[in-house]
Amino acid sequence: MDPELIKDCVHCGFCLTTCPTYVLWGEEMDSPRGRIHLMGQHVGGTPMTGEMAGHFDACLGCMACVTACPSGVRYDRLIEETRAVVEREHERTPDERAVRAMVFALFPYRRRLRAMRLPMAMSKRLQPFLERVNPSLGAMAELAPPAARPVRLPPLVRARRRARARVGLLTGCVQGEFFPQVNAATARVLALEGCDVVIPPRQGCCGALSVHSGRPEEARRFARRTIAAFERAGVDAVVVNAAGCGSSMKEYADLLAADPAWRERAERLRTLDLAEFLVRLGPVAERHPLPVSVAYHDACHLAHAQGIRAEPRELLRGVPGLELREIAESAICCGSAGTYNLFRPEPARELGDRKAERVLATGADLLVSANPGCTMQIAAAVRRAGKGEIRVAHTAEVLDASLRGLDPGALGRAPRTGRAKARAV
Amino acid sequence: MSALESLTARLRDALPPDALITDPVRLRTYECDGLTVHRATPGVVVLPDSAEQVAAVVGLCAEHGVPFVARGSGTGLSGGALPRTDGVLIVTSRMRRILEVDVPGRRAVVEPGVTNLAITEAVRDQGLYYAPDPSSQQICSIGGNVAENSGGAHCLKYGFTVNHVLAVEIVTPDGEIVELSEQDAGYDLLGAFIGSEGTLGIATKITVRLSRAPEAVTTLLAAFTGIEAGGRAVSAVIAAGVVPAAIEMMDALAIEAAEAAVRCEYPEGAGAVLVVELDGPKAAVDREFAEVERLCRESGAFEIRIAASAEERAAIWKGRKSAFAAVGRISPAYIVQDGVVPRTALPGVLAGIDRLQEEYGIRVANVFHAGDGNLHPLVLFDDAVPGEEERAEAVSGLILDLCIEHGGSITGEHGVGVDKSRYMPRMFSADDLDAMQLVRCAFDPRGLSNPGKVFPTPRLCGEVPGVRRGVHPLVEAGLAEQF
Repeated sequence: MDPELIKDCVHCGFCLTTCPTYVLWGEEMDSPRGRIHLMGQHVGGTPMTGEMAGHFDACLGCMACVTACPSGVRYDRLIEETRAVVEREHERTPDERAVRAMVFALFPYRRRLRAMRLPMAMSKRLQPFLERVNPSLGAMAELAPPAARPVRLPPLVRARRRARARVGLLTGCVQGEFFPQVNAATARVLALEGCDVVIPPRQGCCGALSVHSGRPEEARRFARRTIAAFERAGVDAVVVNAAGCGSSMKEYADLLAADPAWRERAERLRTLDLAEFLVRLGPVAERHPLPVSVAYHDACHLAHAQGIRAEPRELLRGVPGLELREIAESAICCGSAGTYNLFRPEPARELGDRKAERVLATGADLLVSANPGCTMQIAAAVRRAGKGEIRVAHTAEVLDASLRGLDPGALGRAPRTGRAKARAV
Repeated sequence: MSALESLTARLRDALPPDALITDPVRLRTYECDGLTVHRATPGVVVLPDSAEQVAAVVGLCAEHGVPFVARGSGTGLSGGALPRTDGVLIVTSRMRRILEVDVPGRRAVVEPGVTNLAITEAVRDQGLYYAPDPSSQQICSIGGNVAENSGGAHCLKYGFTVNHVLAVEIVTPDGEIVELSEQDAGYDLLGAFIGSEGTLGIATKITVRLSRAPEAVTTLLAAFTGIEAGGRAVSAVIAAGVVPAAIEMMDALAIEAAEAAVRCEYPEGAGAVLVVELDGPKAAVDREFAEVERLCRESGAFEIRIAASAEERAAIWKGRKSAFAAVGRISPAYIVQDGVVPRTALPGVLAGIDRLQEEYGIRVANVFHAGDGNLHPLVLFDDAVPGEEERAEAVSGLILDLCIEHGGSITGEHGVGVDKSRYMPRMFSADDLDAMQLVRCAFDPRGLSNPGKVFPTPRLCGEVPGVRRGVHPLVEAGLAEQF
C-alpha cells in the first residue's frame, strides 16, 4: 500500500455514490474513501484486524470510484496491493480457505473447467442443498449457465477480405468454456472485417482472477505464459473480448515491473478490447438490419477499468434497425466482479437483483454485455426474480448476426444443435 | 463507567446491531469530513434508519449529557461534522428514501441522507428539478445542505437552500420530533434552523420545493487573458440587468487543475474563463444571450464557445464542478476557502490575494461564483515541506480579512463549522455573538447539539459560567431572557 497513492485522496467523497457497497450499506468503511482511510491506518501501524480485512474483501474491485474520482486516485493499484497484504497477513477461516482453494484450482484452468461441466449442470438441482453446506457453493450452482456446446476454434482464421491486420484472440477461461459461441463470433467478425485471426491453442489463463484476488505471484506466472504465447503468434495486437481479462492484460507492465526484461516484453504486447479495436479499425463489412432492442450493460472492467463506454455503443448503433436502450444506474456494478459473487454471495445477489430490476425495466429484447461474469450474474438474478431466461449476447454476437444477416430471434438463445460446432468458424 | 460508556450500553438496546459502531478501526474512518485538517475519532457512531431511531439516540444523549454531532455524506468543507471524541456521531447515510413526490404541488418529501442530485434524478422525467446545486451535488446529502444552507453555481438567480425548503421535521436536542414549516405562524423557525450547522437539532425529513425545468438553457464559455478582463465582463453583464442562472469564473491555475483532472479542454492560453448560463423562456434567453456574448467580447474575451448540446454543456460544467478536488492533481494538499465580497470589490480583493501569494510564496487558485461575489480561493501547499502548511493557513486567514475589509463575509456557503469559528469575532462583536447564542440556547440550552462549532468560545447557556461579563445588553433591555 503505497503511502504516496494513499495521500492523493483528498477525502471529497465524490466516489461514494458510485460504490456498490456504499449504495448497499451506507457505511464509510465500505466506501472507497473509507477503505483508503483504512489503508492509511494500516500503513500507519494499525494491524490488519479481521474487521479491516472484511472491508477490503467487501470491495468488488469494480473501479467505479476511479472513474468518479476528480483527484486521480489510483484506487485500482491501491486495492490490488491491499489484497496481497490481506492474503499475507490475515488468517482466513477454514471455510473461506476451502472455497478459495477450489476456485483458484478450477477457474484459471480450462481443462478442469471442462471436467466440471457435467457436475455443474447437475448442481442446479442440488442448489438448495449446496447453499446450506456453503453459500459460495450455492452461488456457484446458481450462476452456472446452461451447458454450451463445445466449439473448436482453428489456430488461424483467415481474413475474409483484403487483410488489414493480423490479430491474436484471447479465448479466456470462463468465456471459452461457458460461452464458446462468443469466441467463434468474435473470430468471424474480425475475419469479416479483414483480420487474420491467430488463436494460439495453448494459451492459458491471463491471470486476471489472481491479480484481482491478491495473488500476484500466480498472476505473474500466468502473465508471462500469456505474453509468450502471443509473442510466438506474431500479431499486431491481441484482441480480448472479456472485459476482466483485457483490463489485466493492459496492466501487465505494472504487474511485471520488477523484472525489466519481462516488463519490456509486456509493454510491447498491444492489448485492445474488441470494441476498441473494431472502432479504431473502422467498419468495412456490410451490416444487415437487425430489428431488435438491446439493453447495453457496461461491464465494470470495460467502462471503469478501461474507460471503454462509447465504442460498444457506437458499434451497436451502427447496426441498422437495432434500438439501443440505456440501463439506469449503469455505473453501478452488477455484483459479479470476477470471483466476488462466489466469495461474497449475499451482497453480490443484492446487487444482481438491483441490476436485474433495471435491466428488465428497459423492456429490451436482448441484454448485451462484454463480460461473461456479468452475463451469468444478471441472467441468474433474472431467474431469481422469476422472469425466466433472459436473452443475453455479447457485442460480438450481435455484430456477427448483423454481418451474416442472421435472424435476430436466434440471438441470445443457447445453441442446441451439434451442427453449430461444425460451422463454428 | 463514563457517561459515554453507559450511553453506549443503552444504544445497544435501542438500535439494531449493525447500526452501532464501536470498533476503533471503523470509528476512525469517520474522523473527518471533507475538510481533513481537523480530525477527531468519534466516541461511537450510529447509523439510524428512521426519525424514531434518531430521536431515541438524541433522547439518550440528552439523558446522559453526552454531546452529539450529525453527519450526512461527510463532504462539508468547514468541519461542521467534526465528531466529538466524547460524543456520538449520528450518520444519516442510511436514511435515503424519497418518501413522496407531489408533481402538481411541486414538492418532494425526502429523508436527510438523500443526495442533492438524487432528488433531481427522481423528478427529471416530470420536467422538474431541485434548484440548489452545490458542486458536490452528486454526493452531498440534503440534510447537510439544510444544515449549511448550501448554495451552488445557480443560486445567483435561484437562491440558496433556504429558498427551496418548505418544511423540515427535526429532532430537537432533547429528543423530541417536531415539524417546522414555512406555513407556521409567528417566528420563522424554519429560517432559523436552515443554516444552523447542526447546532439546533437534526433534520429527519425535508420537504423541498421542485422547480420547473426551464424551457431553454444556454451555456457559454468565454476565455480571457486575465482575471481582470473576466471581472469586467461580470460587472458589465450584471449592470446590463441580465440575471444569468450562473456566472462562474476560474483562473489559470484552477483551469490547469481541471484540465489535468477531467480534460475539459478549455481554450488554450486562457488566464481566466467565465462560464455563463442563461435559462428561462427561449425568446428571453436568446435575446439575453446575444447581449452577454457582446459584453464578453467588449470586455476582451478572445474565444467564446457556446454549448450546442446537453453533452457539451455537461463538458463545460464538468471542469468547473470538479475544480476543488481536481486541485489534488496539481498540489499535494490545499485549503478550500470560502468568502464573499461585494461584486464591485472583486478586482481589489483579487489583487490583494495576488499580493499575499507573492509575499508568502504560496499559490492560490481562484474559482468563484462571480455573479454574487462568492470566492473560493484554493490555497495550495505541500505538507511535506516544513512550514508550508502554516504559511498556507496564514494566507487562507488573511484572505478572509481581505473579504471583511471590503465589506464582505467569512463564508458564502460552506459554513463556519469548526474551521472558521475563530474568525467570527473579526466579523461580529461580542454582543452580536451573544445574541446568536441566545437563539441557540432557546433550542439547545445544554449545548449538546454539535458543540464547538460556529461560536469561537462558549458563552451563556451556562456552558462556562465564569466567563460572562455582566448582563447581556438584550437581557438588560428586556428583549431576551437568559436560561
